[in-house]
Amino acid sequence: MCFKLIKKMNRIIKIILSDILKNKIVLAFTLILAILSWSSFALEDNSSKGLLTILNVILFTVPLVSILFATIYLYNSSEFIELLLSQPIKRVKIWMSLFIGLSTSMVIAFLLGAGIPLLIYSPNAVGFMMISVGSIISIVFVALAFLSSIVTRDKAKGIGIAIMIWLFFALLFDGLVLFLLFQFADYPIEKAMVGITALSPIDLARIQILLHLDVSAMMGYTGAIFKDFFGTSLGLIVSFLLLCLWAIIPFSISLKMFKSKDL
Amino acid sequence: MIEVSQVNKKFGKLEVLKNVNLTCKKGECIALIGPNGCGKTTLIKSILGMVLPDNGTIIFNEKSIKNEYLYRNNIGYMPQIGRYPDTMTIGQVIEMIKTIRSSNEVLDEDLIKAFELEKMFDKQMRTLSGGTTQKVSATLAFLFNPDVLILDEPTAGLDPLASEVLKEKIIKEKEKGKLILITSHLLSELDDLITEIVFMQEGEVHFHKKVATLLEETNETKISKAIASILKSKKNLTT
Repeated sequence: MCFKLIKKMNRIIKIILSDILKNKIVLAFTLILAILSWSSFALEDNSSKGLLTILNVILFTVPLVSILFATIYLYNSSEFIELLLSQPIKRVKIWMSLFIGLSTSMVIAFLLGAGIPLLIYSPNAVGFMMISVGSIISIVFVALAFLSSIVTRDKAKGIGIAIMIWLFFALLFDGLVLFLLFQFADYPIEKAMVGITALSPIDLARIQILLHLDVSAMMGYTGAIFKDFFGTSLGLIVSFLLLCLWAIIPFSISLKMFKSKDL
Repeated sequence: MIEVSQVNKKFGKLEVLKNVNLTCKKGECIALIGPNGCGKTTLIKSILGMVLPDNGTIIFNEKSIKNEYLYRNNIGYMPQIGRYPDTMTIGQVIEMIKTIRSSNEVLDEDLIKAFELEKMFDKQMRTLSGGTTQKVSATLAFLFNPDVLILDEPTAGLDPLASEVLKEKIIKEKEKGKLILITSHLLSELDDLITEIVFMQEGEVHFHKKVATLLEETNETKISKAIASILKSKKNLTT
């Protein structure tokens, strides 16, 4: 029985995956990632400069494409979801299959585009770190897309929310932290700042990679300050877990909402 | 087979279903009629679990459908407006539903032949006319030999030939002892199909009667006229 259920779920995931992988946008995303990664390694004379460029790609492009593509895909598959709902399939399974399908395809695109050059030019701890962090960030923003597409039926509003989420975490959050730092510069707020970092998946990812890169001072104020705090292996584990939570929590909220949604 | 009791549903402030009670048994062919927006489709979607009622229970084969999904194996549903993934072809949609259901039973492909869908198997869903989409919906509803058929406006948008094909198919299935639930506005089309009538108005079930009793009570020979005379007499009562 249980085996049969898993088989059925796999079938739906397969249908979704083959649909997404045929999509030209995913193909274009993979190509752009590949061009950026290969060229940044080829143009710089040492690989750590190349890594920095790729870091920027991970922190800006990957989240943007993941959240936008997933949101639009979810709205466009409303017919598909409706069709599945009239079939003997659990709601949870439909939503989970969509999530697994979308995150797998985004991770595959990232691995093919940026993962291969990373493995070739930087086959060390930093390279692997970048690959794993990039994969998790893709999944986190797919999860956030699920949240933004379930809160409203209106496609334009949903995409707007998705862009706002990206804008907030990619740009505004850092500015906000910087503002706080300057305002409270006279107080010992470093420890509190570590806590605040956990509120943004992009910052968590940035810190994890910067700790392995020795160029923390170049990458914004937040990065420079937290080197001491996240330097330990405990800090590393904690920040990884926090990143995973950033994927799990938004998705579980959206799952709960999907269970009670009228279609 | 299906028992709906005390079901309420609100969309925001709008009360779509008010204390709906309904019992459907095997072998019946029920017409669900009523003016636009009276809650027919919402009732059907509640039975399918696509709309979750605020309270009340819906029982299918002696089991509540709440948090259940396997009962949908026994239902064939034809939506009012079939919406399918745009880029899929007819063949792919049918193939996909087959893989999802993966039933070992013999498939009922009568309608594929009758509608001559095979010729169009590689047409994309977005290029189809409304009528052809309806044909695909009808095919999918009948494909798995379900015990219950729920047809939401089945003949709307179909050409006379196709709607005749569909009607014949419905009669054939009815004779096998299946429960068939139809909503329609075209009362004249239902004459030779149905055994019972459920009339809904403003989210309430107004009456649920056998066709024979209805015709007897109103001294009419056609369902459409019987309904009209009931509506008229009610208007006279209220004014």
